[in-house]
Amino acid sequence: MQNQQDVFFQDKVDKEIRIEPKDWMPEKYRQTLIRQISQHAHSEIIGMLPEGNWITRAPSLRRKAILLAKVQDEAGHGLYLYSAAETLGISRDEMYHQLHTGKAKYSSIFNYPTLSWADMGVIGWLVDGAAIMNQVPLCRSSYGPYARAMVRVCKEESFHQRQGFDILYTLGKGSEAQRKMAQDAINRWWWPSIMMFGPKDDESPNSIQSMKWKIKRFSNDELRQKFIDVCAEQVKVLGFTLPDKDLKWNEARKHYDFGTINWDEFWQVIQGNGPCNKERLDARKKAWADGEWVRDAATAYATKKTAKNKAA
Amino acid sequence: MSTHSNSKIEWPLWEIFVRSKQGLDHKHVGSLHAADAAMAIENARDVYTRRMEGISIWAVESKNIHASNPDEAGSLYDPANDKAYRHPTFYDLPDEVKYM
Repeated sequence: MQNQQDVFFQDKVDKEIRIEPKDWMPEKYRQTLIRQISQHAHSEIIGMLPEGNWITRAPSLRRKAILLAKVQDEAGHGLYLYSAAETLGISRDEMYHQLHTGKAKYSSIFNYPTLSWADMGVIGWLVDGAAIMNQVPLCRSSYGPYARAMVRVCKEESFHQRQGFDILYTLGKGSEAQRKMAQDAINRWWWPSIMMFGPKDDESPNSIQSMKWKIKRFSNDELRQKFIDVCAEQVKVLGFTLPDKDLKWNEARKHYDFGTINWDEFWQVIQGNGPCNKERLDARKKAWADGEWVRDAATAYATKKTAKNKAA
Repeated sequence: MSTHSNSKIEWPLWEIFVRSKQGLDHKHVGSLHAADAAMAIENARDVYTRRMEGISIWAVESKNIHASNPDEAGSLYDPANDKAYRHPTFYDLPDEVKYM
């Protein structure tokens, strides 16, 4: 039996009235959002690491400045999202703790290594492209602070995708070695990118409730298909290919058919057995531990100053 | 929320308001953590104005914000509901009247 508050809540959601922090909400709605928003924030923060790897080795000052700005944006996106999650009653430190102890997950894509400069292009084009596909509908998510944070994120994210495409487009016009490097990067990142949309609809247990609550607007498979359709066309402009021999336009469906996704690999990486899981988490934990004295010093300085002002 | 052994006092939370250009109001854009007001403004510059979104920032410690209670929204705002005469469109003017 549903109680009256639940009915009232669902009615608000159905009428597209946004839910705000102090409004009543079902406990499960709150928990689902905390899980989703914090995972999203963690992904932005961990997502800085694979690209940070190439900042010092960018091929020109221009590329370096762009990559630096992009990584800084990702830190910003993490912060918008952590703030949105905090409005649901979880503390920032608790979220960090969940990340550092492995209780909270982040997008499994960031557990793959960045082996060449072309990976910076592919991450922008495919990884950020997939993220945008996922995130644009979240700008209309039923929870106000999340939706507002996503509006900011999406505005900034589109530069990320274009700079990635620009890197690949440039490499495509380059030497044989550069073309080979770009194709190799596309080959390595394509399948993990389309896994970013999450498990197939019939194996995604939380999806139905999330769609009913309008936290999510489209299913994993719908978004994945849309992304594949877009990329299958864009790759032609780049002059490269996607590593899927079954990728073929289906006139009846008006969509591209594609090959079988290796879900075993997906679950392995999520469970911590990807190529860089340990490295990523260790880097994050080290940054947190190394920053401790700075946080303590700033707190001590602020406390002292407050005491001084009171005395004066 | 659960606690953990290495838990310390967090930097306080600040609400950030940004004026996008001269002549407009400061508008709430989000929140962030900082040890003091100076740091809150510096961080707000980095987090919320990376693309010329603002020319002035206010930072208010979140604990100092008092909000109306959504459960009392009815009794608080309903009295305005039946006072359509407060709007200029409530009045029918003769067609001859110009510029009013």
